[in-house]
Amino acid sequence: MMRRLLQSMENARSRRQEPVEFRTPAEHALHEEGLFKQAIETGRTRVLITGAVMALAFAVVGIRLIDVTAFNNPSEPRVTHAVSASTVKKERADIVDRNGTLVATALKTVGLSADPKKIMDIQEAASKLAAVLPDLSAADIARKLSSDSRFVWLHRKLTPYQQWEVNRLGIPGLDFRTQETRVYPQGNLMSHVLGFTSIDNNGLAGIEKKLDQTLRSSTQPLKLSVDVRLQHIMRQELQAAVTEFDAIGATGIIMDVNNGEILSMVSLPDFDPNDAGKATDDSRFNRATLGVYELGSTFKIFNTAVALDTGTAKLSSQFDATKPLRVGRFAIRDYHAKNRWLSVSEIFIYSSNIGSARIANELGTASQREFLAKLGFLTPSSIELPEVGQPLYPKVWRPVNTMTISYGHGLAVSPIQLVSGVSAMVNGGTFYQPTLVRSDTDRNGERIISESTSNAIRKLMRLNNIEGSGKASNAKGYLVGGKTGTAEKVGARGTYRKKDLISSYVAAFPMNAPRYVVYVNLDEPRGTKKTFGYATGGWVAAPAVSQVIKQMAPMLGIPPQDPESPEIRQALAIKLPNQGKTLASF
Amino acid sequence: MINIARNDTSILGRWWWEVDRWTLMAIVTLAGFGVMLTLFASPSVAERIGADPLLFVRKQATLIVPALVIMVSVSLLNLRNIRRLAIGLLGITVLLLLATLAFGAEIKGATRWISVGGVTIQPSELAKPAFAVVAATFFSASRLGEDIPGYTMAGGLYMVLLTLLLLQPDVGQAFVLSAIWFTQFFLAGLPMVLVIVLAIISVLGLISAYFVFPHVQSRIDRFLDPASGDNYQVEQAMEAFQNGGIMGTGPGEGVVKNSLPDGHADFILAVAGEEFGLLFCLLIVGIYAFVVLRGFARVLNRNDLFVVLAATGLLVQFGLQALVNMASTLNLIPTKGMTLPFLSYGGSSLIALALGMGMLLAITRTRPGGQR
Repeated sequence: MMRRLLQSMENARSRRQEPVEFRTPAEHALHEEGLFKQAIETGRTRVLITGAVMALAFAVVGIRLIDVTAFNNPSEPRVTHAVSASTVKKERADIVDRNGTLVATALKTVGLSADPKKIMDIQEAASKLAAVLPDLSAADIARKLSSDSRFVWLHRKLTPYQQWEVNRLGIPGLDFRTQETRVYPQGNLMSHVLGFTSIDNNGLAGIEKKLDQTLRSSTQPLKLSVDVRLQHIMRQELQAAVTEFDAIGATGIIMDVNNGEILSMVSLPDFDPNDAGKATDDSRFNRATLGVYELGSTFKIFNTAVALDTGTAKLSSQFDATKPLRVGRFAIRDYHAKNRWLSVSEIFIYSSNIGSARIANELGTASQREFLAKLGFLTPSSIELPEVGQPLYPKVWRPVNTMTISYGHGLAVSPIQLVSGVSAMVNGGTFYQPTLVRSDTDRNGERIISESTSNAIRKLMRLNNIEGSGKASNAKGYLVGGKTGTAEKVGARGTYRKKDLISSYVAAFPMNAPRYVVYVNLDEPRGTKKTFGYATGGWVAAPAVSQVIKQMAPMLGIPPQDPESPEIRQALAIKLPNQGKTLASF
Repeated sequence: MINIARNDTSILGRWWWEVDRWTLMAIVTLAGFGVMLTLFASPSVAERIGADPLLFVRKQATLIVPALVIMVSVSLLNLRNIRRLAIGLLGITVLLLLATLAFGAEIKGATRWISVGGVTIQPSELAKPAFAVVAATFFSASRLGEDIPGYTMAGGLYMVLLTLLLLQPDVGQAFVLSAIWFTQFFLAGLPMVLVIVLAIISVLGLISAYFVFPHVQSRIDRFLDPASGDNYQVEQAMEAFQNGGIMGTGPGEGVVKNSLPDGHADFILAVAGEEFGLLFCLLIVGIYAFVVLRGFARVLNRNDLFVVLAATGLLVQFGLQALVNMASTLNLIPTKGMTLPFLSYGGSSLIALALGMGMLLAITRTRPGGQR
């Protein structure tokens, strides 16, 4: 068949190629000739058409090439675009410190869930899973897989490797669910400030709880006023003090006196917010804001200030401290009794309880109470934390309460309240509500004492640092001024436990123009040989304050000053009239 | 240039003066570009499948030599032997297509490949050039008044091959085959009424392909509505072209190519676009257009209807394959698994194309002394 076809083709061609030699009947030849011509003409025309169509198609491809390559089509993204972090929508916004260091963020993690109805062999699945997920027990998994529900969580946070291993088991009925997990890269460092969230990303404590809505809705990171560097210093020094004095806990605060911003807030023991479920109640307790303590002699700062500000007394006014002051069945005694009349300055630096009580007596209950209310000591702090303690004060404010409160007994406030109050005393007299959130605008404060009263308090605190109970807090060149505070803890029966102290020290620096208040308190410290068995604020808390200031001042760019220079002497000199000599900073 | 005297009457000497050296040069150039582009496009693909980075380059480079040898050897044949070769090839192809359906490996839902003596080949690639030549034989014989039912035979052959291809299924090859048959029929004097009827039938055929073959449906859906499915390769190809711009990023500097799974095969033009830019791509398009249009021009004045029909069939196959590939890479038409002639990596396709172009070169040789 094929051969015949080929043969006939060859014949046809040879006839055409040599038409002259071809001799068949004439009309046949003519017919053949015409057919051939017509066929080849049609063919040529249609080759042209085909060629034109092909040419057109190539032209279209060429034009499209130019279009795709040289003209940017906005609907088609050009190469890969880097997605900036701020445009990634997270369930919760990041939290950063005042310098932008990340302290809380959200990461995508994978959780493992199961549909128990689809698990074929519960025991096998449980033992296989337990083999690759050591933190789960086979019995526990089997119990969950035996439940009647169609959905159980088996694990909330798998590592990528664990996910791969679970996947490799090939157990039907398991499912991976991507979710956001809160991560705190600084670990324990900011535990009480940040708080933590539940596994479903609901804020349960700290800033996470108080500013839950803000964090959920914001696309921008939340900027705190806290500085992680200072937080490190504070935590390290507190830890060292806790270890040295065998304390059960400690807290430390650094506040910017000129706007109430908290640069550091540490409470020990603390916890890792990444694993808050394992934290004990004690470690979750925020001693800086939730704990309320009788803060002892540090309260004499306020007693002195209100007396000077109301004109009840002057620095040179004399009060009788010759013997313990009896009020009803109480006797108010001095820790370092001088047994003589003391000026207001001396009452402060010798920390005389008798003198303070006498000043308060002169001042009167109403004025004292009004002043303490202005300092915010009668209501819980407005700081951005849910863990704020309710201050304790007498329901009925008797004269005896007025007198004990003057030296810090009978009124309990949280350390953050105390620090805010001290800031107002040294910054020129303006009270700022404490805050953990950095704001771009200036904060508004409320004037509660005059500039000159504040000036007097600065001098007294500085003098106390040189002459009085706070010598150990000195940090050369930084003009530290402060006040110790030691209070006995109230025992279960409502009586003071003599040996269990809250020892604190509150300091400000540089005293000629204070910038920061640094506060440290130790809970139940025990004296050591080095402190001759003393566990009072001047012995255990003041050295920690000194350490913190020595490290933070260079970091914050505060230059050391010469305490002997005429300007400093002039600014901080104070007259102790009964001795007829001027005490200055030496 | 090689110095061959005009009066050299040896086989090679005649060949040298008769063959279309421009087309030959264009194809050798394309093959050279192909090896070069495989060098840039394939290492990332090879690494992804865990092979030696230069595996594809070596394979392509070692295949290109036999391919060119086959092409030149075939172009040495005279018309009678070309027809014999085509008929023989077609017979083998039909057998292989049947064998593929019976024993072939199913890859991604289609049975297109068969392993012969350890070499995997795709018989449908060989079917196209063989069919172009054989159908031209039938058409021209019938047209010139031979006493054979040429149109019926060409039509029957077409239907047999079409059925075998659709059973695989391989809609793309079936489309090219239909185009060859239709063009030859058209050139052989198909009345315009029938042209229109066939055009309507082919449109209906495409529409029914949409409903019969799920993979065709999904590809067309994704082309018409990019949001409806995964268009990953086409989107990456677009980015590659845009990243390349007019001058390209430079050899080896492309980045989008690394995320193109078929960068060495069907999407090689995108790699060329990214690294060598628009001008180079236009050069490639130009070479394909040159080969096709020059082929048409060369047979336009020939008096042998078989030459005209066979050359046109082969050119349509070659040109259409290039056009379909480039148009799908450029997102002009739905993606169609078709290689870019001589540029894409791929063994069967390269050998089949070499055979086809060898036949074309043989057919378009100027034969002043006769048509043998």
